[in-house]
Amino acid sequence: MARKNSRPEVSRRKFLAGAAVTGAAATTSAAIAATPPTGAARIPSALRPTAHQIALEANVTAEVKPVAGRASSDFMVDVIKSLDIDYCYSNPASSFRGLHESLINYGKNSKPEFITCMHEESAVAMAHGYFKASGKPQMMLCHGTVGLMHATMAVYNAWADRVPVILMGGNDLDAAKRAPGVPTYHSAQDINALVRDFTKWDDNPVSLQHFAQSMVRAYKMAMTPPYEPVMIALDGGLQEEPMDGHSGGLYIPRYVKAAPPQAEVGALREAAKLLVNAENPVIVVDRMARSQNGINLLVELAELIQAPVVDQSNRMNFPNTHHLCQSERAQALIREADLILGLEVSDFWNTVNLFIDNGEDHGFGIRQSRVKPGTKLITISSVELNQKSNYQDFQRFQSVDIGMAGDAEASLPSLIEAVKSAIASDRKAAYEKRGFAMKQAWRQGIERGRQAAAIGWDASPISVPRICAEIWPHIKDLDYSLVASRQGIGSWPNRLWKMDRHHRWLGGSGGGGLGYGLPASVGAAHANKPLGRFSLAFQGDGDTMYAPGAMWTAARHQIPLLSILHNNKGYHQEVMHVQRMSNRRNRVANLGTVIRDNGPVGTRIENPDVDYSKIASGMGWWASGPVEDPNQLGGVLKKAVEVVKSGQPALVDVISQAR
Amino acid sequence: MSMIRSCCGLVVIAGSLLLGQADASAASAEKGKTLFIRYGCFQCHGTVGQGGNAGPKIAPDPLPYEALASFVRTTNRQMPPYREAVLPNEDLADIYAYLQSVPKTPDYKTIPLLNE
Repeated sequence: MARKNSRPEVSRRKFLAGAAVTGAAATTSAAIAATPPTGAARIPSALRPTAHQIALEANVTAEVKPVAGRASSDFMVDVIKSLDIDYCYSNPASSFRGLHESLINYGKNSKPEFITCMHEESAVAMAHGYFKASGKPQMMLCHGTVGLMHATMAVYNAWADRVPVILMGGNDLDAAKRAPGVPTYHSAQDINALVRDFTKWDDNPVSLQHFAQSMVRAYKMAMTPPYEPVMIALDGGLQEEPMDGHSGGLYIPRYVKAAPPQAEVGALREAAKLLVNAENPVIVVDRMARSQNGINLLVELAELIQAPVVDQSNRMNFPNTHHLCQSERAQALIREADLILGLEVSDFWNTVNLFIDNGEDHGFGIRQSRVKPGTKLITISSVELNQKSNYQDFQRFQSVDIGMAGDAEASLPSLIEAVKSAIASDRKAAYEKRGFAMKQAWRQGIERGRQAAAIGWDASPISVPRICAEIWPHIKDLDYSLVASRQGIGSWPNRLWKMDRHHRWLGGSGGGGLGYGLPASVGAAHANKPLGRFSLAFQGDGDTMYAPGAMWTAARHQIPLLSILHNNKGYHQEVMHVQRMSNRRNRVANLGTVIRDNGPVGTRIENPDVDYSKIASGMGWWASGPVEDPNQLGGVLKKAVEVVKSGQPALVDVISQAR
Repeated sequence: MSMIRSCCGLVVIAGSLLLGQADASAASAEKGKTLFIRYGCFQCHGTVGQGGNAGPKIAPDPLPYEALASFVRTTNRQMPPYREAVLPNEDLADIYAYLQSVPKTPDYKTIPLLNE
């Protein structure tokens, strides 16, 4: 997002080069238009620059001396490098030109490397995806006003998804020094205010030492559970002035990761006693596993008491190859449970209650408890340690019997030890019996999933399970990573694929804001590339249209990613909302009169249909489709997998069932 | 709340009686296929009624007509009710004929990709 010139221009550089020949003569009158270059027959679509403008831009009146001493933004680069940040996802902007120049020249464009993004929202989403694949927070650099305005939706997604991103925004604070016009439009008193409601911490450093302290503090806070984005404002003056006045005693604080907060030991012991004695315990997990270690610990806990695990899938928490993975039976298990342990569950109210949006009960809708009276409810959640009041990502309030504020993954070792201590020998037979029942249910679940996938097998538009089944033979022997998936895909990958490692599935957007899928996939694939993983995503068509420029970034930086476009030609969740309102009001939903769509007006992406293959190939991707015949799909996917294995991004446009 | 539910129960019975009078023999599966799309049924149930993460499977082997029709007219669950002003009886009968025409699902064991 460079400083925008409000004047329209056509081939401005060539224009000036030609005009400079006559520039000296033309300076006599600012009002006289410059002589056009020789041979310019075409009538320009914009006003030509005046002689005065040419004189200002083309005439060098005096030698400009290089800035003496070391640039302040070089020191900023030293601070950034101390944090081992791999990439700076950014769209260029004048308000951080000092740091930009230092990053690519002084910093040699390495750790962090500047990654050119087409939109600030995409830049944040790429950093978001990168973290979920690598566990390493990345930097996003933008204009502090207009760039940050573009970025806000993605920042909210990262906030709601508990993902750290180091946001940095340029700003010219000193009104006496900053240039008039656009640069002043792009300045603000407090740029961080825009994202303060959904960032964990922010600062506006006024000196280099202040910057060093705040940068390291921001990184440390972002990386202490609950992980969250943080924001640092970069004053233009501070970046550009020489370091001389600041150099005395400057130092970079050492970053040491904070130990994650653990739930209180007494409460963990109490929870363990209830867990070992429960007849029908259920463990519900959502953003529990921050790493493979989290998965391993959860397997250990579940096995100790043979408790079923329901994975709500905002992370890969539990392997579906394990017989205690019972996510498909969530409703039945919760209904029968006498104890529910929720680990980093983002919406516990909705886990133990039913809500139907039907307008009944004076507009409140149906609300019913999903659990039996007396069912013990226990939670461990780090989010309780860091909540803000404005945005409602904390969801409805749910009373529980034991609530522990702490990081679940960090609390599991103590909970496991407490469970081991609390298990009485006479309970082991009951656990064994429960485990046997779970094994049977798990096998039956696999059978049910495959039989359900067979329904509509040859349908066109192509069914979601057919798409999942067609790609599986091509990825099953690879170290694959499903980096993003649109909501309409549902749990089909989990029902049909073996998902056994933390990186097999990286979870959704967090805040539900469209425009996440494509750039987050690119960011995650970027992180997966050096790890030798094969990245694939189920990409929504509507989501693609928010930020197609992310494709260019993937091609430019040679990021291998297979994007399977789930092209259902509409915003299907919204289709049903409009349909619900129409039905409630006893009206037929309007499908359009001049152009008749397959859904209510305003909810469809058809007429004309978008040619996503052309968009992708135009951005430098290998692309194929639209594929409408399910029997053609396997061959196309096989080719696409080979392309991605060779290091390039590929897109397959699949005309798909709605969801 | 309980009063609302009682009223709904009556509507279910009345709806069943009325819908039972629809002339199912005149229904057209071909027309029903178009109407299944036009009324948005495919959004949640899939174009062949196979179901998805937003709605259950309703074909092949749909519920008996009366049961399905009374649910469509009076449901207070996630699916909004489609009253006759929105979905006329004739159109519902055509949709039902389409659902009945959906071929049986093969055993997944006969599909190699589902046995990987």
